[in-house]
Amino acid sequence: MAAHRWQNGLVRWIDARFPMFTAAHHQLYEYPMPVNLNYWWNFGSIAGVILLVMTFSGIFLAMQYQPNVNDAFDSVERIMRDVNYGWLMRYVHQTGSSLFFACVYIHIFRGFYYGSYKSPREITWLTGCLIFFVMMATAFMGYVLVWGQMSFWAATVITNLFTAVPGIGESITTWLWGGYAVDNPTLNRFFALHYLLPFVIFAIVGAHLIALHTTRSNNPLGVDMKGPQDAIPFHPYYTVKDLVGLSAFAFVFAVLVFFYPDVLSEPDNFIPADPLVTPEHIVPEWYFLPYYAILRAVPDIGPIPAKLAGVIAMFGATLVWFLVPWLDTSKVRSARFRPVYRVFFWVLVVNCLVLGWCGKQLPEGIFLTISRVATAYYFFHFIVLLPLLGFIERPRPLPYSISKPVLEPVTPARPGFATALSGGVTP
Amino acid sequence: MDTADKRLPPDPPPRGRKRPAGSEAEAARAQELLDTRYMADLGPVEPGWGRRQFLFLSSVATGFAGLNFFVWPFIDSLNPAADVQALASTEVDLAPIEEGQSITVVWRGKPIFIRHRTQAEIAAAKAGDGADLPDPASDAERAPKPQWLVVVGVCNHLGCVPRGQRPTDPRGEYQGWFCPCHGSHFDTSGRIRKGPAPNNLEIPDYAFLDDHRIRIG
Repeated sequence: MAAHRWQNGLVRWIDARFPMFTAAHHQLYEYPMPVNLNYWWNFGSIAGVILLVMTFSGIFLAMQYQPNVNDAFDSVERIMRDVNYGWLMRYVHQTGSSLFFACVYIHIFRGFYYGSYKSPREITWLTGCLIFFVMMATAFMGYVLVWGQMSFWAATVITNLFTAVPGIGESITTWLWGGYAVDNPTLNRFFALHYLLPFVIFAIVGAHLIALHTTRSNNPLGVDMKGPQDAIPFHPYYTVKDLVGLSAFAFVFAVLVFFYPDVLSEPDNFIPADPLVTPEHIVPEWYFLPYYAILRAVPDIGPIPAKLAGVIAMFGATLVWFLVPWLDTSKVRSARFRPVYRVFFWVLVVNCLVLGWCGKQLPEGIFLTISRVATAYYFFHFIVLLPLLGFIERPRPLPYSISKPVLEPVTPARPGFATALSGGVTP
Repeated sequence: MDTADKRLPPDPPPRGRKRPAGSEAEAARAQELLDTRYMADLGPVEPGWGRRQFLFLSSVATGFAGLNFFVWPFIDSLNPAADVQALASTEVDLAPIEEGQSITVVWRGKPIFIRHRTQAEIAAAKAGDGADLPDPASDAERAPKPQWLVVVGVCNHLGCVPRGQRPTDPRGEYQGWFCPCHGSHFDTSGRIRKGPAPNNLEIPDYAFLDDHRIRIG
């Protein structure tokens, strides 16, 4: 493939010194995308756009926000009432965080369904899990900045998780706080980190994309691209498809921002933080509810006290994702050809929704029992089912290539190209 | 000039990457497939103002309009907020100011000079009306009640606060104010007489509420 020749002299001059046009051409036109991606593949690019929107709105909010315990809550209310379009910037940022998680959850579960984490895309998956981890930390610290009752007690509860660490727990928590309770030093460092971490996310997103463009996109069939008949250029086909999905998403975003800005958040956070009074019922934002349910569900396990076990289970619920490429022993990627896994995938989805619902309730009676069962099932899925299914499940026959059902098979006269495009293990 | 002359020599093959066997022919075939099989459905590009160009340009225009609607609130958020604008007027009681005395009040974060002028200062200001002024203005316009001069105490050269409010301050060659930053001399009507400032000291919007009280802003 000869490099694209640019007609415009200025473009040619820049490109010879800084090949941004050649790079863009390579990643957009020459980069082969599977022909058969469905709309579930939109959520990666949508998440990228929300990251930009969050950064943009966040920088402008930071110009008005006061990271001091005496002023923080009032400065947020000032943004809502006095700053020109401050209400819009804040609601975009607040709704954006919810929709960011929604998109990323869909993106992750799309990966679970179509086996996108399997060889050769393990690093893409791992960088994705890392993004999610940093994202959770960023969202938590951003929530604290509002300095309402929920903010304050979320900060207290989450930082107190570290007291569960045997021996040094108390010292870690004191260190996190910069004092003996959540106070001004805590707010200041959370503000600094909340500003920093998105840029860390940008860096990991870069790694995520480099890994993705090395191994190329998975697709709903989960079989590799075998030749040019399986591929189309990213631009204009997927830029347009992504734009269609993005437009629909922007519509949902606008409806939430303009008509239901507070529907996803807790009313208690409109009460200024009071270190002396805990609200009756502390719950996190919806996107952390399943984790919250897991934290509260776990009882004493042998010598491990419930407090520590809950914390381990909660972090483990995300950490286990890092191991999924190796826990899943099946060679078939897409759940379309895995009749048993497909059922268990949906059971897992329902299980996570149940956990979220339990996270909203008081941890008593029937809800505690359901939480415990759902938590156990969650880990059972990853640690027992995934490895086991690879051995006992009989997958349906895979098509030879993406285009095999509709086009002529790749002739054996061109095996070299097929190898070059497949770029990895053929299932 | 023949277009062929402008062509660059063919690019060298990329280094460091193993190319697939029979790469030249295969690459050409791949490109051909991409060009024909998947681009063919777009049809031939119509010259001039075809349907496609219209749709493309109107989509892009709509997109940019939408982007502006998105960007404007962020730009406007940096303008003075409602609570800042609410502080935009200041009332001052002039009664305690003796003749010959000056006070400085703060309005919108800026110093406002209020001088109770002596008869000599008023006379000097009126005499200045006929001089060769860089920024011509009569003293009657600048001080409707001659004993009271109200000016924004910010030199319009580069924003320093001129000296001359206290009796011990240097007041410059015209007995008004003197800017220490770059040496602008203002007269007793606050007009620029000498130095780099291009304009007279600004007169803020103000009104007398009664004989001894003014509201600035």
